Amino acid sequence: MHTEFLMGNAAIARGAAAAGLNVISGYPGTPSTEVLETTAKINNGSIYVEWSVNEKAALELGAGAAYCGARSMVTMKQVGLNVASDPLMSLAYIGVKGGMVIMVADDPGPISSQTEQDTRHFASFSKLPCFDPSSVQEAYDMIQEAFEFSEKYHTPVLFRPTTRVCHGYASIEVKDDDECVKNTPEGFVKDSSKWVIFPRLSYNAHIHIEKRNAELSDVFSEYSRNKILPAADSSCRKGIASHGISYTYVQEALSSKNAPKVLKVSTPFPFPEKLAVEFLSGLDEVLCIEELDPIIERELTYICGKYHLNTRILGKLTGNVKTAGENTCDSVADNIADFMEWEKKSSAELPAAPELPVRPPVLCAGCPHRASFYAVKQAMKGKKSVFCGDIGCYTLGNAMPLDMVDTCLCMGAGVNITQGIGKVEPDTSCFAFVGDSTFFASAITGAVNAVYNQADMTLVVLDNSTTAMTGHQPHPGTGRTMMGQVVDKVNIEAVLRGIGLKTVETVNPLELDKAVETVKRVAAEKGVKAIIFKSPCAVLIKPEKPYVIDSEKCIGCKKCINSLGCPGIIISDGKVMTDSSLCTGCGLCSQVCPVNAIGGECNE
Amino acid sequence: MNKNILLCGVGGQGIVLTSKLTASCAMQKGMQVMSAETIGMAQKGGSVFSFLRLGEGVYSPMFGKKQADIIIAFEPAEAVRMLPYLKDGGTVIVNTRPIMPVTAALKASDYNGTEMLDYLKKCTENLMTVDGDIICRKLGSPKVLNMVMLGEAIRSGVLPFTIDDAVEAMKKSVKPQFASLNEKALRHNF
Repeated sequence: MHTEFLMGNAAIARGAAAAGLNVISGYPGTPSTEVLETTAKINNGSIYVEWSVNEKAALELGAGAAYCGARSMVTMKQVGLNVASDPLMSLAYIGVKGGMVIMVADDPGPISSQTEQDTRHFASFSKLPCFDPSSVQEAYDMIQEAFEFSEKYHTPVLFRPTTRVCHGYASIEVKDDDECVKNTPEGFVKDSSKWVIFPRLSYNAHIHIEKRNAELSDVFSEYSRNKILPAADSSCRKGIASHGISYTYVQEALSSKNAPKVLKVSTPFPFPEKLAVEFLSGLDEVLCIEELDPIIERELTYICGKYHLNTRILGKLTGNVKTAGENTCDSVADNIADFMEWEKKSSAELPAAPELPVRPPVLCAGCPHRASFYAVKQAMKGKKSVFCGDIGCYTLGNAMPLDMVDTCLCMGAGVNITQGIGKVEPDTSCFAFVGDSTFFASAITGAVNAVYNQADMTLVVLDNSTTAMTGHQPHPGTGRTMMGQVVDKVNIEAVLRGIGLKTVETVNPLELDKAVETVKRVAAEKGVKAIIFKSPCAVLIKPEKPYVIDSEKCIGCKKCINSLGCPGIIISDGKVMTDSSLCTGCGLCSQVCPVNAIGGECNE
Repeated sequence: MNKNILLCGVGGQGIVLTSKLTASCAMQKGMQVMSAETIGMAQKGGSVFSFLRLGEGVYSPMFGKKQADIIIAFEPAEAVRMLPYLKDGGTVIVNTRPIMPVTAALKASDYNGTEMLDYLKKCTENLMTVDGDIICRKLGSPKVLNMVMLGEAIRSGVLPFTIDDAVEAMKKSVKPQFASLNEKALRHNF
């Protein structure tokens, strides 16, 4: 053992590697992405690592590997599990041979997600065991135990950290190389009565699953990570139940002098019922401190009914804990103080602060998406149009002054939403914007649907040759894999032509006039057609020399600021200027300026 | 000896790297370290923070209000935003150069940081202001602001390690060709 300072996601990757991981697949999504990236970084060639095109593909690949006796892990964020839920639900019935951990990161807040959904529900829905770590160290240790449980019970298991565990850092104890497990897969053994799902198999599997989960509930009651911390004063008739990062907030709020009895639940499913009954004995009231949904609270309420216990269970359902958003040290300390009837710490409040500048996330200086949105906006000025967005950096095109994202739902949804709007409003010019990674993940079926069902729409692919939002992962269009191979690129234009689109135009959005003209021409055509705005992500290329604004020529109209909203243009002492530390020299503003006051270095 | 440290500023100022370096310094001293920071959408010119906790008996990577021994702020408004986390009697080190948000350019706001610095002076007993811009210009690179800020934080005496510890940790984490510039930045006021 030795000590290292690791991010939670890195600890999960290192723990999985220490457990003899053979195959890892996933799709990027905050806060899960760094698990797979870390595995690729530490890989000595013994682990197969891939970014799959989406979560469904990743989970199916992981299942195939585990069928062979490999230890496999699949990584995704919580909404990714919605995409992978089809194979998940069936795989629960089929089971696995090698250990298989499905790592799904939840995002209370939400900080960077569409929903506050709780993967613990997916565990009980799919009837799969679920592990919920509360710290970086525990994540490292628990992922190894998760592989053991998975292999012992021949079932995939869910591993569900939340953002503050995934992205927290800690100095933790990790195994030396010679302490790590090595797993040699046996290989796929044909047995159609085992690997082919049929109603008869599912019926028998269902019986087995229910029996196993009842057994696991007992096993988990003895599992050391589910535990009861005794009260400081044994006559105290109150208790607190918690989980995950919130459990650490509970520990922060309590001291060795005043702590009531505490239940830590690390396996929300199957719920450690016997341990919970032991916890509840002698208690009048229990406060459940959870993030996302009140799962422990409902379980304890159920157990009280089942065992005729006279304990009041409090939490989100009773209005004692807020129903949405993240918990914090402060919110939990407040919840506990209210529950325990402790006096709240009061200290002098700060005087009212001056109005703080708002810093919403924006498209970077030089981002080609800004140019693409602006080109479409100019081309469609005065025409009835709708702009369906999607998931990625380009969702930020919704912000003023661009204001070019009318809808955003989930990965790949924009392509189909725009078709729905078009069927109801045939006089509207319908646009769907989709990034290159999202195109491969989930927009191709939408394009096929549009062609088949005679939609009238323009598909705009914002191709910046990377998965930018999650930190620049490669995808099928980039020609690079996580195993370091250089491979044939999947060509978006060829894909669209293969589907049957007659018009597919590729244009550099930073050539503004040409881009506007292309949009006008393509939008005027009937049927399904596409524009591919191709220009690399500004973060990935060496910036050009920054542009400068000639203060003699500048008339102060601020058209550049008010039409583009680029962070590289600022107002200083009343003058419009470029910020040389941010400007990438993309040149878009110089094409917008009505008096040619903005120029590259040569114009200085 | 436990220390709660809060670093804050705007995405792109090198806050996360400073947090890592501070953690390495503490680990060199055999201390337990936990930290948590903003990652993701907030990076793009947004407010960035990093909570760091050094020492034993710590459970959560984040801490509550009025618990920071020191706030190292790379931007005046961000210092004000995080000020509720400062312990009574805690120290604030602030870079005086304001960073305009895009929204300010759009609304033609007159935000220039002065109001923020006045507020900090009013509310903080131990305030150290650093003109990071001028110091960086003297040093010849805007990229060493984070080292300048860490050097100042060490000079305040609140951090449980010395400037030599920081230089040693820095040399392990940056490319050799940048080590001497970074060392100069760390030591600029020693």
